[in-house]
Amino acid sequence: MKLIERLRKSTGMAHNIPHLDNAPFLKVSELNVRYDGRPALYDINFEVEAGQRVAVVGPNGAGKSTLFQVIAGVLPASSGSVAISGHQPSGHICIAYVPQRNDVDWDFPVTIADVVMMGRIGKLGLLRGPKEADWKLVHECIDMVGLTALAGRQINALSGGQQQRMFIAQAVAQEAELLMMDEPLSGLDAPSQEEVFDILTQLSKRGVTVMIATHDLGLAAARFDQAMLLNQRLLGFGAPDEIFTEERLRAAYGGHLQLIPTDEGVLVIGDNCCDD
Amino acid sequence: MIELILEPLEYAFMVRGLLAAIIVGVVCAMVGTYVVLRGMAFFGDALAHAILPGVAAGYMLGNGTSGALMWWAMAAAVLASLGIGAVSKGTKVKQDTAIGIIFAGTFALGIAMISSMRSYAVDLAHFLFGNVLGVSNNDLWMTGILGGAVVLIVLAFYKEFMVLSFDPVLATTLRLPTQLLENLLLVLMAVTIVVSLQTVGVALMVAMLVTPAATAYLITRRLRRMMAIAAGIAATSGVIGLYLSYYIQIASGAAIVLTCTAIFLLVWGWQSMQNQRKNSSNN
Repeated sequence: MKLIERLRKSTGMAHNIPHLDNAPFLKVSELNVRYDGRPALYDINFEVEAGQRVAVVGPNGAGKSTLFQVIAGVLPASSGSVAISGHQPSGHICIAYVPQRNDVDWDFPVTIADVVMMGRIGKLGLLRGPKEADWKLVHECIDMVGLTALAGRQINALSGGQQQRMFIAQAVAQEAELLMMDEPLSGLDAPSQEEVFDILTQLSKRGVTVMIATHDLGLAAARFDQAMLLNQRLLGFGAPDEIFTEERLRAAYGGHLQLIPTDEGVLVIGDNCCDD
Repeated sequence: MIELILEPLEYAFMVRGLLAAIIVGVVCAMVGTYVVLRGMAFFGDALAHAILPGVAAGYMLGNGTSGALMWWAMAAAVLASLGIGAVSKGTKVKQDTAIGIIFAGTFALGIAMISSMRSYAVDLAHFLFGNVLGVSNNDLWMTGILGGAVVLIVLAFYKEFMVLSFDPVLATTLRLPTQLLENLLLVLMAVTIVVSLQTVGVALMVAMLVTPAATAYLITRRLRRMMAIAAGIAATSGVIGLYLSYYIQIASGAAIVLTCTAIFLLVWGWQSMQNQRKNSSNN
């Protein structure tokens, strides 16, 4: 994990625009987004400090991916603003967004090392190919997520958990300070989820802010510093046990959630609507 | 055997044709790699057909000189490629529908224009199916210069085009100029099509863009190698196709494309057999 600090020092240009030290790391204010002509997000306001692990929870169509893509500067906001260290997203190259597994062409003719190298491209500049030092760095990133043995294989060779770890290595190569992952845990078995969590926890200890969209309320409650409940509107944001109340969950999921009251509180059976 | 190979080379038109076929093969295969990976085959086909009115206009106004023709074709292709992008973005029409509309419409316009100028004795078949043996020295220079420029640009923006094709969202978060790169790729496709016009013609163009690259995709799972193998297959097909055309008297463009197709079928068949053997040994 020293790697991240070394990267920041070595390139000397971790940001291409200066970060304001007194601004919150991520501040979303009065954000409204229309997607495909339809309103997708209404009046979203929140702040995230650097190094937090945030689970973004909500049913399908809640706007989780849209929110991530607006924060990444990929989709435009209709009104309101997103500021990362005081600047709008489009100037930052320190934001990584990992798409849902189904949105990736796993037959694309590239190796794991190629994909991780893609994270460096913003730093290489036009017309310059990667040098030996860049490849060395890429392989250190691959080491960090434990994929060394697979570095030269085509990306089709990876299991679900390994796919997510490859993208985390890409984000490290990119020197990302904000890592947003769209449903990285769905379809993974428990050991694979643990491996992903371990790496994400290490990253957040080094000041990388991690935001993850997930359907798994149990995991969100157990493993994240903060939870965000989203269904087009922001229905709650804070410590998971404060956010996952019966009232709030019903507001987010409507009839799609099975809640069973127990002595210790509410047992959530899960949102039975939507895993692809 | 050696004589069979050397005999056609005594004719200057054959030598020019062979050189043109090799250049066109390499250029098409390299650009075609992105056409295949991005699923743009239909777009490439449409673009090739859409340049017909440009060619016809060039013929009408340029008194049939082939140099002017190329620039007209180029203008038509660039306009059509950017036009299709604009139509499919600005309206509710889906992209494949937009392509279909512009594709057939411009092609019909081209045919109508060519059919109206009998006085020039224009052979529609040459535009549709190419006539690589009619390549002049000037044509060959143009093909070499434009084709070389396309290859250089594809190589120069290799990593950018790779990211853009694999993950456009990543390209955006890396703050690459994605819109510019998209348009550059479209323009490269347009230039490639114009360069290949004389060799395979409008109607067979898509085969040169897609078939060698698709064959290479079956053979390797590395982008660099895929490009190199596709270029090799396309250049070889150009040479074999021209010899076939010389000895058994068939249209040169068709002979080249049929050779590409045969190579694809061979590789595909061989791989299917391998897979079957693997499956049966697993059982």
